Amino acid sequence: MTSPSAGLTGHPAALAMASRHRLRLWEPVPWLLAIAVYFVFPRHLGFGTELLVTILFAISLDLVLGYAGIVTLGHAAFFGAGAYAVGMLAKHGVWNEPITGLIVAAVVAAAVGLGSGLVLLRTRGLTLLMLTLCTMALLEEAANLGHAYTGGFDGLDSLPIRPLFGVFEFNPLYPTTQYLYVLAVLFVCFVFVRTLVYSPFGQSLTGIRENTLRMHAVGAPVRARLVVCYTISAAIAGIAGGIWAQANAYVNLGTLGLDRAATVLIILVLGGAGRLYGAFVGAVAYMALSHFLAKVYPTAWQLGLGLLLVVIALFARNGILGLVENLRCRRAGVAGR
Amino acid sequence: MSAPLLETRGLCRTFGALAAARDIDFRLEAGARHALIGPNGAGKTTFVNLLTGLIAPTSGQVLLKGRDITSVAQAARVKLGIARTFQINRLFRGLSVLDNVYLAVAERVGAASSMFRPAGLRRDVVEESMHVLETLKLAENARHRISELPYGRQRLVELAIALGLKPEVLLLDEPAAGVPSAESHIILDAVDGLPRHIGVLIIDHDMDLVFRFASQITVLVNGAVFASGGPREIGANPDVRAVYLGQAAHG
Repeated sequence: MTSPSAGLTGHPAALAMASRHRLRLWEPVPWLLAIAVYFVFPRHLGFGTELLVTILFAISLDLVLGYAGIVTLGHAAFFGAGAYAVGMLAKHGVWNEPITGLIVAAVVAAAVGLGSGLVLLRTRGLTLLMLTLCTMALLEEAANLGHAYTGGFDGLDSLPIRPLFGVFEFNPLYPTTQYLYVLAVLFVCFVFVRTLVYSPFGQSLTGIRENTLRMHAVGAPVRARLVVCYTISAAIAGIAGGIWAQANAYVNLGTLGLDRAATVLIILVLGGAGRLYGAFVGAVAYMALSHFLAKVYPTAWQLGLGLLLVVIALFARNGILGLVENLRCRRAGVAGR
Repeated sequence: MSAPLLETRGLCRTFGALAAARDIDFRLEAGARHALIGPNGAGKTTFVNLLTGLIAPTSGQVLLKGRDITSVAQAARVKLGIARTFQINRLFRGLSVLDNVYLAVAERVGAASSMFRPAGLRRDVVEESMHVLETLKLAENARHRISELPYGRQRLVELAIALGLKPEVLLLDEPAAGVPSAESHIILDAVDGLPRHIGVLIIDHDMDLVFRFASQITVLVNGAVFASGGPREIGANPDVRAVYLGQAAHG
């Protein structure tokens, strides 16, 4: 073949690709809303903090599920690993500085992700799903049995977390510090993940999701790349877990449970996987809806969520954001993300 | 004499009681335009799968330039210069045509593990991908998602991905199957336009295409090499005509 002719980077397709990662006009909106909430709903910041942590956790899941196509039901294993790392270190008086605590949480969760990923990413489909579930169950049981360190079934409460920067107290009744702290951490992690998914590495993850076999056939080290992705995702989930423990000043077995893993999966599917902002939309929709349903039907509120999930699975495979994209495409008369 | 580009020695593969490849000795010389023909179920695709490492042989060896690569994994063989297309499209269906080729080029130039630079700003990769698309008259479809393309165009993307790998050995498994005849010349032109030193092995049922393209033909029947030689030799071989050409409309 001759050398690439000049001017091909000026082709519309090349230009479109070169601007894909650029900031869209609406992208600051969720962040502005989050800041607005701080001022408008100062009495609901506890709920807000929980929401932001959930978004962070869902983003970590999006990386493995939405981008790399790794189907997992055990993502809370990493959330819990991060939460217990922070909780145990704080409770036993080893370490309670919040920011470095999060780094420890990330490292511990990443180690769990790397270790389990090396084994279970050899498998696919249902086997993989079951193994992720098993990993989480094993950790949960370990946390349950290791009383002396983990507090067993009761968990660890009244964690003595040091004030942020030595100044800002984590007050459980007025969680203003927590809210801003979590928002800042979420932002940093989000920027990182966003950079990652638009990079060639992120592209190759999408390639693995779309056709694993072909990725082998173009010479990609598929498993190594999946393990790297899984480990990064685990670290972010660990940060989410760690910050949850700091914000609430306790850890319990729930951080490691199937309930949490399933909820974050539902959130991501609801919002739209593989779309970065699906985590935001899904978390807000899920938490608003469960809040509302729990008020209207205190006894059977989960039924409503279940029905909604069925509807999403049947009619909106790509979640709420998928629906929005379809509408926009139809209006513009062209397809394409 | 120097070792051939790609060689197999006594290559066997059984699936249960079925011998899909029996004792195949095969040589693909550098610069060869080699065709592999044979009736349906003769084991042609199995043979390609053995060459690329998609499946492991029961016994026998695969050698690249004299080096035994039998135990080398598929992805590593690609790095050594063996690329293929698939008989049935294996594309990244949800991605754009440009993305499809980009993935291959990025992998080859070692860009694919970079995490902190936007993919679209790797101009070298984008440019080369676009160039491949242009060679195959696919540039106008670069932005389309695979699932929006007609089947014939998808076949071209199949080839584009392989070309993006700049292989030394190119294995084409029925590249023109399903491509409208008006467009099948694009595939042949692209193959003709490849650097001469590349060894190309093509599987096809279209005898016109095979005889026009190939300087060497190997006939596979029931997993074993039935005959091998130049197009004239093979065309004149009465046994080949009986088992294979007799069944086809051409020849």
